Amino acid sequence: MTDQNLYIQDTIVASASAAGIGGINIIRVSGPATEMVAKIILGEIPQARVATYKKFLNEKKDLLDMGVAIYFPAPESFTGESILELHAHGGSVIGANLIQAIISLGIRYADAGEFSKRAYLNGKIDLIQAEAIADLISSGTKQAAKAAMNSLSGAFSDTLNDLNEQLIYLRLFVEAAIDFPEEELDFLSDNKLLKHLDICERSFHKAQGSIQQGQILNDGLKIAIIGLPNAGKSSLLNLISGQDTSIVTNIAGTTRDIIKSQVDIDGLRVEFIDTAGLRDNPDIIEAEGIKRTNEVIKSVNLALWVHDASSSKPFLANNLPPDIPSIVVYNKIDLIELEQECTDNKKEYLYLSASTGKGLNKLYAAIKKSVGYQNAGEGTFTARERHVEAISIAIKHFFNGKNALIKDQAGEIFAEEMKLSQEALGKITGKITSDDLLGKIFSEFCIGK
Amino acid sequence: MQADKTFDVIVIGGGHAGTEAALASARAGASTLLVTHKLSTLGQMSCNPAIGGIGKGHLTKEVDALGGAMARAIDSAGIQFRTLNASKGPAVRATRAQADRELYRAAIQKILKEQKNLALHEDSVEDLLIIGNKITGVQTKNNDNFYARCVVLTTGTFLGGKILRGQYSEQGGRVGDAPANKLAAHIRSLPFKVNRLKTGTPPRLHKTSLNYELMASQPGDIPRPVFSYLGRREEHPKQLVCHITKTTEKTHDIIRQEIHQSPMFSGLIKGVGPRYCPSIEDKVVRFADKASHQIFVEPEGHNSDEIYPNGISTSLPESIQIDFVRSIIGFENAIITQPGYAIEYDFLDPRDLKLTLETKQIEGLFFAGQINGTTGYEEAAAQGLVAGLNAQRKAHEQDPWHPLRQNSYMGVMIDDLTTRGVTEPYRMFTSRAEHRLLLREDNADKRLTPIGHKLNLINDFRWQSFNQKMDAAEKEGSRLQSIFIRKKDLTSADTKILGTDYKKESTAAALLCRPSFTHQMVTSLSVVGAAEWTQNNLDSELIEQLQLQLETKAKYAGYIERQEREIIKHAKQEALILPTDLDYESISGLSNEARQRLQATLPETLGQASRMEGITPAAISLLLIHLKKRYLDKTA
Repeated sequence: MTDQNLYIQDTIVASASAAGIGGINIIRVSGPATEMVAKIILGEIPQARVATYKKFLNEKKDLLDMGVAIYFPAPESFTGESILELHAHGGSVIGANLIQAIISLGIRYADAGEFSKRAYLNGKIDLIQAEAIADLISSGTKQAAKAAMNSLSGAFSDTLNDLNEQLIYLRLFVEAAIDFPEEELDFLSDNKLLKHLDICERSFHKAQGSIQQGQILNDGLKIAIIGLPNAGKSSLLNLISGQDTSIVTNIAGTTRDIIKSQVDIDGLRVEFIDTAGLRDNPDIIEAEGIKRTNEVIKSVNLALWVHDASSSKPFLANNLPPDIPSIVVYNKIDLIELEQECTDNKKEYLYLSASTGKGLNKLYAAIKKSVGYQNAGEGTFTARERHVEAISIAIKHFFNGKNALIKDQAGEIFAEEMKLSQEALGKITGKITSDDLLGKIFSEFCIGK
Repeated sequence: MQADKTFDVIVIGGGHAGTEAALASARAGASTLLVTHKLSTLGQMSCNPAIGGIGKGHLTKEVDALGGAMARAIDSAGIQFRTLNASKGPAVRATRAQADRELYRAAIQKILKEQKNLALHEDSVEDLLIIGNKITGVQTKNNDNFYARCVVLTTGTFLGGKILRGQYSEQGGRVGDAPANKLAAHIRSLPFKVNRLKTGTPPRLHKTSLNYELMASQPGDIPRPVFSYLGRREEHPKQLVCHITKTTEKTHDIIRQEIHQSPMFSGLIKGVGPRYCPSIEDKVVRFADKASHQIFVEPEGHNSDEIYPNGISTSLPESIQIDFVRSIIGFENAIITQPGYAIEYDFLDPRDLKLTLETKQIEGLFFAGQINGTTGYEEAAAQGLVAGLNAQRKAHEQDPWHPLRQNSYMGVMIDDLTTRGVTEPYRMFTSRAEHRLLLREDNADKRLTPIGHKLNLINDFRWQSFNQKMDAAEKEGSRLQSIFIRKKDLTSADTKILGTDYKKESTAAALLCRPSFTHQMVTSLSVVGAAEWTQNNLDSELIEQLQLQLETKAKYAGYIERQEREIIKHAKQEALILPTDLDYESISGLSNEARQRLQATLPETLGQASRMEGITPAAISLLLIHLKKRYLDKTA
């Protein structure tokens, strides 16, 4: 073997900082397309090996972050390939967006230990380190594989498995149609195929919904606490955050501005936003507060509608924008005797007391349930990045294929796109070989002369 | 050693693998001997009388593109030609032809006899002469020894062949032909993994005993497809119409009642049969809800009285075969001329082979065809060509060559066989190829003829014809590229052709990319005009090839580019040779399963390793790192 460069590399990206919230998150890009990435994200290729303060933009020129960029042209870099390091602000949302923007340029998410592997293969790391990298790769993939399915909520992995089954079933029809054209059945013009195309499309929509959910998990969940003045919104926030974040008095309309508090519920990052009380005749200062409240409501994932259980004031739930999921909370249950008095609506209610803390765990459970969240382990963030990448690619190919079939009757293109779609999904759910597929065809259809 | 008994290459067997092996070896310049037990059966089609079909037509064209005989033989022996998947886009279209057995055999024998460097000899090979782990020649039944540096074994189902029908069984490789048992015993004594497979054949019927009025007729396609890149329609013999009929409820009742008499169900047969070619017993039992199965009624040739009823392969006793055959529409008075049977035979685990089809254990010994666990004439022919060529190259001390997954179905097949082995008779399907849109029938010549030329497989006539075609395609491609079709230049006839859909102005080449536009339509626009080749007096077959190539290239452009990028990405990994002395046990990080599999198979390239069962991308990374370390250790 005389070849120093063992194989042609594609370009990879990953966060080089430890997972979790740190002050700085270093995003590293390595490979032949590094310069292209620099031109788009930074607008230009920065001077070699000089720390430069730059804006980080996505392809549409939206500002994602500002920070230090360092460019190491090949071969003088850690991996021996051109490298771009982007020192972004810490926190997973910014990093995730930046990585997403880079991936959308056709860059691949790096495998476990891949930067080190490249460094080694390009003669950049000492020989002794080879064994260590080998360990890193074998343990890294095990972890990633475990994280890949485990970290997901049960609902999400069910959706993916279901989707995978649907895709396989679709492929059975089209592959059988192509490889066995002399059978009595024309699989492509069969209505069954179109029916399954629809089923598959619905599964994809479901998965897409789950992705958004995954994104919520990544970005953290934003919850607005809203309700009539003096319903106990600030008390609730104080109970949740365990500190006096909001000024609490029993004079209606105390909270005139937006007050935020970040808490961690079993690993789920949640930002609670206390809003100014809504009421019919606000004074001038409070009017501004209410205006802001309405803006906040539009930007959150969930609204906690807090109602005073001891009060007989009307509910006002129709003030909520309709597409925001909400949980109705009856506060101050320590002041009343029976819960049943308030069950006059079809909505599900929660009862708690912000002053005694009773019912708080039920509220947490309801919040977690509303986003399909189960406790996350280590490394789940990385795993989710990959999922988002895989599923978006799978969706793209699915729709390309559907178009080719319906518009142009191009069965072979449909087959190709379904294959690509499944290959993308296979990165999460596992590979399907052509033998597997043929086996399924033979058991499903009576084929052969 | 006598001079007239010494050759560069000896090929054993005269079926589809053997003939292509002998021809390729001789074409590339090796003095070659073909030994077969019966010269008159050279080129015999022992199963159904047809060449081509999905995947198989692709293989036939690839063999043709490398100068092989199969496509040319069927062009002079085909009695019905069709394009399968005609409605599904060019990448998955495939040519299929019904053959006149006699004409096919004659065509192959003619090509064999005209081949320079090739000697044909009738005798049975009973022993392989091996010194150490090197082959030196063969010994025949008549006690003749022939010597060669390389030997290609293509014995099909003749190794330990056993014919079964009901309770009856006999030794044999094909009805009427004795099996090669002595050779089988000898090969079993060599360090190869030997296993059993099964296949079957339907009863043959007398042509005049059938009532065709009751069957649907199936004529060939018009325009009639041609197989060889050099083929011309005028070579085709008189065409015949085929028929299709079907089984009835009564057929299924008879089979269900007598199923216990089938050796497959009684347990007499142990070999695994192909799932895509089930016997009628299998179909009736496994798909019980299907009221009827179709049967292709295929004539065996102009001068033959036999009909091959494709779809009712069976191993039931003869008397039951008569009963169920006569319950089929149009077969009410059928006379069976030869009952169907199942055949069990030995095959060698193809994972014992290198990508050149040379065995890993015995230097200079090559295996090709059904002996490697494949089924089908086309699969056999393609392997024969690769084995014969490499036997020649080894004999002449030239570098080996093997086809790749990305350049041919031949490559897909040989990689599948040597990497994954077989669990049932291996047949080509287009779904086995990763790059289906690249590996098409229309471009097999473009993919392989230049390679074949370098390998000395291509004669001057074919090479000139190929270059003429490529030049014409190139010129026409750039001409269409250079013509911009403006709306204001369109005549009313043009508008009629373009239809209302022409909104955005484009080049003629871009127009060709649209699904509904053919080359003929585009060049009939007055603003585009006819291709330059119309002045060159090209044959209509060649023009059709050119048109198809241009259209296909245009319509798949995006996909072709994507697949080509993929190929480049993996090229180095594919080409990276794994040293044969690699100790997989010593590679740190590899799982035990991966170690054992790699050690057992000893893949030749990193690409091959990556396709093995149970080998993950992480294992491949570890292998890469180990190789690098090994390299650094050696150079340090």
